[in-house]
Amino acid sequence: MATVELRFSALPEHVRTARLVAAAVARRAGVDEAVLDEVRLAVGEACTRAVGLHQSNGVDAPVRVALIEDEKQFSIEVGDEAPHATAGDRPPGSDPDAPADPDAEGEDEMGLAVISGLVDDVEVTAGEGGGLIRMTWPTTPAPLL
Amino acid sequence: MDLSLSTRTVGDRTVVEVGGEIDVYTAPKLREQLVELVNDGSFHLVVDMEGVDFLDSTGLGVLVGGLKRVRAHEGSLRLVCNQERILKIFRITGLTKVFPIHTSVEEAVAATD
Repeated sequence: MATVELRFSALPEHVRTARLVAAAVARRAGVDEAVLDEVRLAVGEACTRAVGLHQSNGVDAPVRVALIEDEKQFSIEVGDEAPHATAGDRPPGSDPDAPADPDAEGEDEMGLAVISGLVDDVEVTAGEGGGLIRMTWPTTPAPLL
Repeated sequence: MDLSLSTRTVGDRTVVEVGGEIDVYTAPKLREQLVELVNDGSFHLVVDMEGVDFLDSTGLGVLVGGLKRVRAHEGSLRLVCNQERILKIFRITGLTKVFPIHTSVEEAVAATD
């Protein structure tokens, strides 16, 4: 089970909340202070991408963020429920003649570029039911107080 | 925390001082500001990022969009930034090759290519 799980309506104003919660839980989990900025940025990018996918596909479901604390690692999963186009496919219901929005597509790719530039351990999976970005960071055990 | 924007003119340059967080929620405000400046004939922009606490790819997209707009008028867009965590985002996306990045507003305002 996730240590903390968050679901939010796919709206830009909630991405900041997800960043703050993720950074707070990562800090408690023992992620190095120097890496927290990266956690904040990476989870923000993943949530921004999910919000964009939900909005452009007309998905009403919330974006899901799971913050998972394990013994020696901390993982964040950001899940969307947008139907992902695979190799040349278009999402069902989209107008096949409509040109793809070049700006939106560029930003989506830039978001993924930032995530893969920041996080060493990242998995991106996608299927018809939605996509998932899983990012993992090592943790150092908290000193006993 | 939101985004703060203020502009001032220094010689033939327009300095846009940005503060706060530039993300998917606030980036449209910055985009509007840059579009408005270009529409009003300011083609040489200096974006001062020293007060920026957070920048993501949406913000980068807006800056690239601004650069495209000023270049269409033979203009320029220079950045002022000394913060390592912000500079890192420009580096991992390769945008340090696209934007001239300066250490002070004075240096950016005086710079010519």
